[in-house]
This record gives sequence, C-alpha cells and structure tokens, in this order.
Amino acid sequence: MSFSRRKFLVTSLKGAIGAALPISAFRLLSPAEARAVVGDASRRWVFLVDTTKCVGCGLCVKACKKENEVPYDAPVTRTWVERYVVTRDGQTHIDSPNGARDGFTDPRIDDQEIPAEEITKAFFVPKLCNQCENPACVQVCPVGATFQTRDGVVLVDRNWCIGCGYCIMACPYGVRFFHPVYKVAEKCTFCYHRISKGLESACVQACPFEARRMGDLRNMEDPVTQIIMNERIAVLKDEYGTKPQVFYIGLDARVR
Amino acid sequence: MKKHALKPLWVALTVIALVLLARYVMVPKDFGVNGRNFTYGFHRQSAINDWLVVPVKYKGKESCNECHDDKYAENLESRHRLLECENCHGPALEHPENPERLVIDLSRDLCLRCHSKLDYPNSPRGALPGIDPAEHNAGLACSECHNPHRPDLEDM
Repeated sequence: MSFSRRKFLVTSLKGAIGAALPISAFRLLSPAEARAVVGDASRRWVFLVDTTKCVGCGLCVKACKKENEVPYDAPVTRTWVERYVVTRDGQTHIDSPNGARDGFTDPRIDDQEIPAEEITKAFFVPKLCNQCENPACVQVCPVGATFQTRDGVVLVDRNWCIGCGYCIMACPYGVRFFHPVYKVAEKCTFCYHRISKGLESACVQACPFEARRMGDLRNMEDPVTQIIMNERIAVLKDEYGTKPQVFYIGLDARVR
Repeated sequence: MKKHALKPLWVALTVIALVLLARYVMVPKDFGVNGRNFTYGFHRQSAINDWLVVPVKYKGKESCNECHDDKYAENLESRHRLLECENCHGPALEHPENPERLVIDLSRDLCLRCHSKLDYPNSPRGALPGIDPAEHNAGLACSECHNPHRPDLEDM
C-alpha cells in the first residue's frame, strides 16, 4: 500500500475543513448579545414570610382583594392566612375562614371550642403564589396564556386564556382560581403593577408586623436576600421540584 | 394521471392554506418565545403591559401625610404607628377627587382583627392587648373610649 506525502497532506486538509464547517454554523456572542437572547434577568422577585410575626389580622387579604379587584365577597382570594392550633393530644386544628379576609376573631375552630390550657402551640401562616422557578401551572397551559416574566413573576394573559382550568389543577399550592368576573384563570401577581413602579405590594404594605416582605434575589445587598442567604428558611412542598420562591421563617412541619 | 384522481389533493392543500392563513391573521404579531425559554416564556409580549397598567389603589401613609400631617404625626407617636392609614380607612384610590371622602369604619370588627383575645402561647397574637368581644362593652363602638390614632390607655 502506498500513501504519499502529498496524499496525506491533501486528506488532512480536507478533514480539517470538513470538521470546521459545522462549527462555523455557530457564532460567538458578545455578552450584550447573549443577554438580549436570554433576556434581562437582572432582577428576581422573591417573597419572605415570617410566620413568627403574623398575628392573623388579615389586613393583607383585605388589601390584596381591593388592590387587585378580586370580588370582595366571592369565596376566592389571591392570598390567604391559615391558622394552626396544636393541642396536647397531638391534634392539629386548621382553619381559614373567608381566607382570613376579616382576620381571626373567634377562638373556636370549625365551631369547636379549644380550651386555652389544651393548646401547646398556635401560629398563623400567610400563603400566596410561590412564583416558582419551574412553575407547573405554566407548563400545562395549552395556549400560552400564562407565562413567567424575566424577573420571575408568573402572569396570566386574560385576553388569551381559554379557561380550561389545567393550571388550577396543576398548581401544587392551590393558589389559582377562576376569576368570577373575567371568567379566566386568576392568581397572585406579586402586585406586578406596584413592584414595577418601585412600590411595595399591597399585602406587604398593609402588614403592620413586617411578617411579609419582598426582595430581589439578584441583589446581594437586599435585606431580604441577606436573610434568605444567611438565616434558616424553608419553602412549601419542596418535593414537587417547582422551586418555589416564597421563603418562610419559622415554618412548622405541620404546615402543608 | 387522470385529473379527477388529483382532486382530493387540491382540496387538502386548500384546507391547509386556509388554516395557515387563519393562523396568520388570528395570532398576535408579538406572540412567541419572549421569556427564558419555550416552556415558560411562550406568550404574547404585550400581556405584560396589560398588568403594568393596573391602577394603584393603596397610596401609602406618606401620601396621606401631604394633607393630613396632623393625623400622621399623631399616629407616628402612638403604638399604632405600624398601621397604614388605609388599613382602616380603605384604599385612597383618587382621593381627594374620587372619592371626595373616605369611609370612616367604626365597626368593632376592624379592631377585633388584632384585639380579639386569642390565648396562644409562643404567638405574637397572644401577646397583643386583647378582649373578649362578648364581655367587653358589647355593642359599643371601640372609638367611644379608645382613640384609634392614639390608642394608649393613659391618653383616654
């Protein structure tokens, strides 16, 4: 077998060019170009709930309903507060009358008297949309009517939603519902119209005890980010893999 | 090939063309992958603006201070300084143009949100000053005795 020097060089050159061709289909992007493609993710809205501060006044629920035009007397709400009362016999009594729109004023739970000396611990847990990093509700939307903004908030396109209800069933946290007036899926928006103007969300502003706070996870100086980084926090239903972005301080294992 | 054999093909192509035309007309021009990927960012870009233009209804304490600076100052000295004015008076909306006056809610339910006694250990609710609404001057408005702007009992 003869393999001349000339033939070796020609074959090598052909091989090199052939291998380089598909690579030339790729293009090196400048950081600015890459950002334009991926989107400006310079902000990531997150929420921090301190359950050790909540007293169950429900002013957040009232403010949310009025700010976001959720019908006040309809049994739906974007945010709500749950009460957990643990008694000596190990039982957990849970309620949230009207989503705590009018607060908790009655010591009875589901018409059941609970003597004060029987209570070992009791606490209130505010809940709202977790604005998940991997939102199940967005994955299931068949028409592209719900989506995640680049700063991490999940919104619903009221003009595009067909009202199929898949998202309402997909959400592990039960935060979605049908808007009784618009007849489309409805959910907490972190008060997108307020936070985008530099205001606090209605529930954060209304909370007299700073049990609710909001921050930007991309900003290391943000006090909320500092707490999430440095203190002991938890999220709800971590096992679903949706990466919820509402963080809780003092979350009890009984909270579902 | 005979012409009649091709007829179903023309019908099928026409239907496909009509569907594509309808899709072109009906789908908004800004519909597409606008977020981080197809799974989470496939939407109408202008839907974000629909949410940005929602009117802000709760204006915050500082905006009340522009006219009601006396009430603002009084409140800041009291134990109710953590409360927003609009928590009790309702959202300011376009006040003072619309509504001209905010409703003053004197119902007991408003105060009972915090001050109905719930005897909970290890909860800040249990530490708040509280009453049993059935026992404590039932039927009377709280503001008959307590000034909500300055609720400290020594000022009664």
